[in-house]
Amino acid sequence: MAIDAAEVPRTPGPVTTRTIHVTVNGVSHTSTVQNRMLLVSYLRERLRLTGTHIGCDTAHCGACTVLVDGIPVKSCNLFAVQVDGRKVQTVEGLASGATLHPIQEAFHEEHGLQCGYCTPGMMLASVALLAHNPNPTEDEIRRGISGNLCRCTGYVNIVRAIQHAAQKMQTPAKGGP
Amino acid sequence: MTPAEALHGGIGQSIPRKEDARFIRGKGNYVDDVDLPGTLFLDLVRSPYAHAKITALRKEKALAVPGVLAVITGADLAAAKLAWMPTLMSDTQMVLPTDEVMFQGQEVAGVVATDRYAAADGVAAVEVDYEPLPVVVDPFRALEPGAPVLRADKGKKDNHIWHWEVGDKAATEKALKESAVVIKERLYIPRIHVSSIETCGCVAQVDAMGKLTVWMTTQAPHAIRTVFALVSGLPENQIRIISPDIGGGFGGKVPVYPGYVIAVVAALTTGQPVKWVEDRTGNLTADSFARDYHIEAELGATKDGKLTALRVKTLADHGYTDAAANPSKFPAGLFHIITGSYPFATAFVEVDAAYTNKPPGGIAYRCSFRVTEAAYTIERLVDNMAHQLKMDPAELRLKNFIPPEAFPFQSALGWTYDSGNYGGALKKAMEMIGYDALRKEQAEKRRRGELMGIGISSFTEIVGAGPAKQFDILGLKMFDSAEVRIHPTGKVLARLGTKSQGQGHETTYAQILAEELGISSDYITIEEGDTDTAPYGLGTYASRSTPTSGAAAAVAARKIRQKAARIAAHLLEVSPDDIEWKDHKFQVKGVPDKSKTMAEVAFAAYTNPPEGEEAGLEAVDYYNPPNLTFPFGSYICVVDIDKETGQVKVRRFVAVDDCGVIINPMIVEGQIHGGLTMGFAPAMMEEIPYDAEGNNRAGSFLEYLLPTAVETPKWETGKTTTPSPHHPFGAKGVGESATVGAPAAIVNAVLDALEPYGVTNIDIPLSAHKVWKVIHSKDAA
Amino acid sequence: MYPPNFEYYAPKTVQEAIGLLDQHQGEAKVLAGGQSLIGMMKLRLAQPAALIDINRIPDLAYIREEEAALVIGALTRTAELGRSDVIRGRYPILSDASAEIADPTVRNWGTVGGNLSHGDPGNDLPACMLALGAEYRAEGPKGARMIPARQFYQDSFVTALQSNEVLTQVRIPRAGPGTGSAYSKMERKVGDFATAAVAVQLKVGKGGSIDAAGIGLTNVGPTAIFAAAASEFLTGKTGSDSDLKRAGELAADASRPFPDNRGPVEFKKDMVRVWTRRTIAHALGRAKGGP
Repeated sequence: MAIDAAEVPRTPGPVTTRTIHVTVNGVSHTSTVQNRMLLVSYLRERLRLTGTHIGCDTAHCGACTVLVDGIPVKSCNLFAVQVDGRKVQTVEGLASGATLHPIQEAFHEEHGLQCGYCTPGMMLASVALLAHNPNPTEDEIRRGISGNLCRCTGYVNIVRAIQHAAQKMQTPAKGGP
Repeated sequence: MTPAEALHGGIGQSIPRKEDARFIRGKGNYVDDVDLPGTLFLDLVRSPYAHAKITALRKEKALAVPGVLAVITGADLAAAKLAWMPTLMSDTQMVLPTDEVMFQGQEVAGVVATDRYAAADGVAAVEVDYEPLPVVVDPFRALEPGAPVLRADKGKKDNHIWHWEVGDKAATEKALKESAVVIKERLYIPRIHVSSIETCGCVAQVDAMGKLTVWMTTQAPHAIRTVFALVSGLPENQIRIISPDIGGGFGGKVPVYPGYVIAVVAALTTGQPVKWVEDRTGNLTADSFARDYHIEAELGATKDGKLTALRVKTLADHGYTDAAANPSKFPAGLFHIITGSYPFATAFVEVDAAYTNKPPGGIAYRCSFRVTEAAYTIERLVDNMAHQLKMDPAELRLKNFIPPEAFPFQSALGWTYDSGNYGGALKKAMEMIGYDALRKEQAEKRRRGELMGIGISSFTEIVGAGPAKQFDILGLKMFDSAEVRIHPTGKVLARLGTKSQGQGHETTYAQILAEELGISSDYITIEEGDTDTAPYGLGTYASRSTPTSGAAAAVAARKIRQKAARIAAHLLEVSPDDIEWKDHKFQVKGVPDKSKTMAEVAFAAYTNPPEGEEAGLEAVDYYNPPNLTFPFGSYICVVDIDKETGQVKVRRFVAVDDCGVIINPMIVEGQIHGGLTMGFAPAMMEEIPYDAEGNNRAGSFLEYLLPTAVETPKWETGKTTTPSPHHPFGAKGVGESATVGAPAAIVNAVLDALEPYGVTNIDIPLSAHKVWKVIHSKDAA
Repeated sequence: MYPPNFEYYAPKTVQEAIGLLDQHQGEAKVLAGGQSLIGMMKLRLAQPAALIDINRIPDLAYIREEEAALVIGALTRTAELGRSDVIRGRYPILSDASAEIADPTVRNWGTVGGNLSHGDPGNDLPACMLALGAEYRAEGPKGARMIPARQFYQDSFVTALQSNEVLTQVRIPRAGPGTGSAYSKMERKVGDFATAAVAVQLKVGKGGSIDAAGIGLTNVGPTAIFAAAASEFLTGKTGSDSDLKRAGELAADASRPFPDNRGPVEFKKDMVRVWTRRTIAHALGRAKGGP
């Protein structure tokens, strides 16, 4: 890309802020944020939920994927002010206490992660995919996670993990209520 | 149940990974997750020009931005003699420029602010005046007389960096002259970028005692500590490098980049912790580049297809400085593994390196020091030779492979291959994919005018650097280490000199120790990456962890066993000579029910050591491998080409790998899947192109094309097992094999499909428009 | 990579949004999905003084078929186009396109209105609207006006929408019997802009000949392009192989691609040729009841 040297910045005025009310992983937060604060910065730096990662800055890699009202979005391409009044779920909200979400179990059991950096976004995209399509074909899975890049796994075991999770989610958990 | 089965997590078991526990919960600790009170943020001003004189740099407006505390320039660094730093190849690299910028995206100034947003505002407000200078992009032009000399600062009179050669020039010349068939091909392996999903970054902190701690995305923390000590003059005990969880490395996190140094300077000057995390455009324009080799190769053969000689001449584009990450004695890395899987009587390789107005290149991209360039060249040429001779490419390979009984094998260019069974791997791959049926299908399709191709790559890797007498980085010998300590209750803490970036060391090293100590891997904790605690090591890259630190772990465990055997003898009231290590415990020879476990021995080592025996149970090993290891494999790829659009579809891809004894088959298979994808990517999609002005045309993931799950082929894997004879438990290393081997198979398949068009090469990546051009120009003609 | 400061407004009505736009005199931008805008702001290629977030305005997200038109609210997320039965059944050009826009996650947030009004020649929906003969409802201080899609795109990132107007709705003439449509995109990978992409809608009459056709092109010129000559040529034809080939040539003539990493000009023009032919064939097949 050509870096544009001619772009003249606007004279910085006082930074403007806004107060937002957001429910993150079931916890209500009221925060005053800069208008320009990206959702990913809010989650990572304000709430210290560092499981949401930044990978590309341009909405291509999906490492920053979180669920907003159940829908996966790239949190580096959204302002925190846009989620005022909404519910956000991050990777930290997947497990209930010590009990892992089936997608977490499946990624572990099928070796669907290596460096772990893309994993939170990949798992959240998978959860949303399975919510729409509880029994996806391999091609549907591959298309469904195509907004998330992984550099380590070659996707084979991620696909297996999602298939495995789909099975788990259709079979009631043993012994659980 | 035998005791061997009862041991959980020994060698050969596909146990799930320990490290997953934190990653699946979002509790990994990557550099950007390190959160120290009072942290300041560093952002960088970058050059819009590929070559320009800086005529003015004004900080004032940036310093007026609320939150901006400092602007660091080359002049500031020059005052501390830090404007330049040495590279791993003993060249020099700017930390920040004082006069000229040498590539687009080069770091020009650092802005330190109270938060990232203010730092970005500050970067936008720094005013820099540039006077553009002539740009040198093409390395061939760079070497022409009259080209602008880029490194006059070093007293250079031209842009030639070095010449390196190996092999018998005269004998190769003669052998090629006498060969019935000689083919020649020019191959360009373009500049590519590792693009781990985590970019580079660090947090630098100086405490009240003057100790510098740097949390850093580094694959080699110990070597970095020594480099920092030598460059900064700080005593090495006052420097601590911590490599926390790493979001992918692939070679990109071996060198020292300017941002790290600027962050350290900023921490020293402000007295507060400073965090620098590169954005993706910075990453894609300034660091972590690989390849960029212009190769001209000639291959000779007899009429009946015996390969005779290989001659290779290469021009390496290093950018404005040679900051490649190679062992010191090997400026072109291990490129001379280029004779591959074939017993050439003679070969000759020469490489010349040139400066251009590009960022420094030459890190590995999931590859052991230029092995991909070598494997690609030989496997492309062997396929071309088969087509030239009208022989089946599998047959030509099978006819020429180094036979299994010839190992250890001395290659024409000086390597001693440890072990191999190349024919075995290729035959297995052919069987898995149904090779003969595919050739029949192809013949039918060709009659109908359809384009289907089959490509093979039978590569030989060279990993595990390395023997200390040959291999060093800046003088540091390339051994690696393990320190193993057994606690009184028989639980283990082991620390190693390498550093996992996703390879799963916490699991696989524990499996090695479990096997060697007879203790379940559940009770073995692995630590790496903290220079204050781990033994000195050269780090993880070039598939060296298992061959070096993995071996060190085994040897350290065996050292422990020697002492433990004495304690066991004491406990069993027999002579140490009567004790044997069997079924993961100490037994009295011939009396299996008289035995002691390692846990029992450990307890005694702290509570009841024999007279004259030191308490405790631990050992350290610095392992200097006697040789490299030589993993290998055979890959077969089937492609279909859309004749109208030039789009290539990989229909099937079978990979048979042989990496010796496998510690964890699940992890190995996962590494092969990933490696194949990073072989597919540069073959089909990835490239960092530069225009005539030196503008990087792939500065974001919009243009630098990482494959998604949709483009990535559905990999099929298989294995053969040929142990390394010199590794303590026969392992070889595997993380990079697939990246090394895959590209040639894919390109060979495409060229096989395009055989009717008489084309012998298309430079990677095989973009649709390039394939279209081949088809279109022929069809139109 | 962080954006500069801006004023943020979250109006509750279209009127309020228009008032804010008007008040900022071209210095404000509408924030819908933001999937293009926020990226440009992070690169500091766009530095609006204010963002008018229209996501709090109720009733701007809908897909419904009326007597004469399919109407789509501007805030409809592009993913919804792929989930709507009406669209999948009768306007498959839009579900085809929906599956090709960026990637699944971006589609969840990016909006139809944003995709249409951004003016990026790489956006996928404009070519569809050109093929479909759609009209956009633009609401401004002086009231609402309808702008035909075929008059909307003026240059890269330059459209007929005024800086104080909001695009609130798309109206697409209702697909009658015998209508078939399709969108094909040649891309280097998921998430890429098209190397070339072609949108086709046509109507096959009772006699089997084509009564009407519209062809739009994506990313092969400074704007989305309506291939008028190709569309006109097809009218009255039977859709024979040679008709399709000729239409492809005319569409290629209408394209004005730039060379880039996706390929040189002659390649891209040839891809317009190929994909126009293929997409017409697909649309024809659908007009006759095919998948």
